[in-house]
Amino acid sequence: MNPDFLMGAYVFILAIFLGVVLISRVPATLHTPLMSATNAIHGIVLIGAMIVLGSVESWWLEAIAFIAVILGAGNVVGGFVVTDRMLQMFKQRTPPVRPNAAAEQQR
Amino acid sequence: MIDNWRDAFVDLGYFASAILFIVSLNRLSSPATARFGNRLAMAAMALATIVTFFLDAVDHNYLWIVLGIAIGAVIGYFPARRVQMTSMPQMVAIFNGMGGATAALIAVAEFLGVTDIGRGAVLSIILSAVIGSISATGSVVAFAKLQGLLPSRTTLPGNRQMIAAALIGSMVLLGLVVLLLQGGATAETLLIVTFIVALAAGVLLVLPIGGADMPVVIALLNSATGLAAALTGFVLGNQVLVVAGALVGASGSFLTLIMARAMNRSVGKVLFGAFGATAATGSGDAAAEERPIREVSPEDAAVSLAYAQRVIVVPGYGLAVAQAQHGVHELAELLQDRGVDVRYAIHPVAGRMPGHMNVLLAEANVSYDDLYEMEQINDDFARTDVVLVIGANDVTNPAARDDPTSPIYGMPILEVDAAASIIVLKRSMQSGFAGVENELFHDEKTSMLFGDAKDSVGKLITEVKAV
Repeated sequence: MNPDFLMGAYVFILAIFLGVVLISRVPATLHTPLMSATNAIHGIVLIGAMIVLGSVESWWLEAIAFIAVILGAGNVVGGFVVTDRMLQMFKQRTPPVRPNAAAEQQR
Repeated sequence: MIDNWRDAFVDLGYFASAILFIVSLNRLSSPATARFGNRLAMAAMALATIVTFFLDAVDHNYLWIVLGIAIGAVIGYFPARRVQMTSMPQMVAIFNGMGGATAALIAVAEFLGVTDIGRGAVLSIILSAVIGSISATGSVVAFAKLQGLLPSRTTLPGNRQMIAAALIGSMVLLGLVVLLLQGGATAETLLIVTFIVALAAGVLLVLPIGGADMPVVIALLNSATGLAAALTGFVLGNQVLVVAGALVGASGSFLTLIMARAMNRSVGKVLFGAFGATAATGSGDAAAEERPIREVSPEDAAVSLAYAQRVIVVPGYGLAVAQAQHGVHELAELLQDRGVDVRYAIHPVAGRMPGHMNVLLAEANVSYDDLYEMEQINDDFARTDVVLVIGANDVTNPAARDDPTSPIYGMPILEVDAAASIIVLKRSMQSGFAGVENELFHDEKTSMLFGDAKDSVGKLITEVKAV
């Protein structure tokens, strides 16, 4: 068996277990941002598209890879931007501020 | 293996990137650190992207790569900035589809472009082409449904299970032939056929799935794209793709299971089953007209809210549709100023994607400390004076607990009917997604306030101010 492939299989299985452990700790409150963040993370296929575009020779394969790069980059950028927007909104109740502190903030 | 210093540098970069992805997911587990976690993931992605330019295999087309990334970034950035929080599910769906399409296109290009591929790589190529394509078109259909471009539920001509079986069967068959041939002109043609069948499969599999099942579907499609990305990593021998893809695949599968469990339905049933078909709708309509319901005026509802000690708000998809989240928060603050204890009870499948309600309420500046999950708050309904149900239906239906003949029997619900009184804001007496009559609406403790959720909440605000 191809050692590279086997290596990939090891990494894959370990990462799956790790993923389940990590995700099971995420509270339901964060499920949408989590989903959106992981959605951006699978945009890592962009790298695959870049490798293909940078290595193939025939023009029509280049065209396919070029479209793949566009879509992958859209996935990455869009995914991270919406996630950031969402997470920015998650706030704890602001603790009752002392009058002094409030005045200082206004200044 | 490492052949030269450049690839060694690149591999180190990928290694660091993979570690950053893992740490970022870890940070995402708490609201306080989640934003930082997302930033870490961005850094990981940037690092992986930059080092790829130095990869030995990447030896030309640099400008095209940069141009492609720039175009993609523009396409992704602006909708992501502008989209409303209520439309988040469809936004996530469309980005997911883009990722799936990327994986599928890479698989096709690799197969057609590289001669002499090993069996393992061929298998990975077939799988990522199939999974990526299904995810791509499936996500587009999910997007269209959530956006209201397609009806929430489309009935396919013919038997849904048969169609699914035929599609999956033909893909398996085609895939096996390609795997056996391993290369050559016939195999290339067949791979493209497989790719096209998979594109069609994505459409046909998601088309019949109803709107309220979308939390499961979106989580599953997310998982599929993650898997396709990992498979692409196998094809290219790139471990950071394998790690990141597997993490996403695991996360998506895990969420899929949580969502399915929260509906007490197997993933298989969501995908292939006919839910709330003939039997359920039939019984609902007939009973609805005869049984009495109590209507309440905004004035009376406001009075009972204002003089309550403990109020729990139960939001549902209706709140998202009506964009009522800001009004709800204003109402809750008014009540809190009067000394009323106001909390929110969130059912896991409320809305159209996992955690949908939490995001909407966060947008309206509701503190996440006030949001309670079903298990946390279910025992408290008995000690609650007024429950305000806004645009939620099936997740509050006591029939899921009491009536073994109900189609939603066994689904965990918010025990709303344990409260002293219940006010339901609802557009009309229509039954929920499952087509099941909600026993709650006929409970003698329940009063109904009909109208658009946003208008009704607005009226309640005015009336509470006047109390």
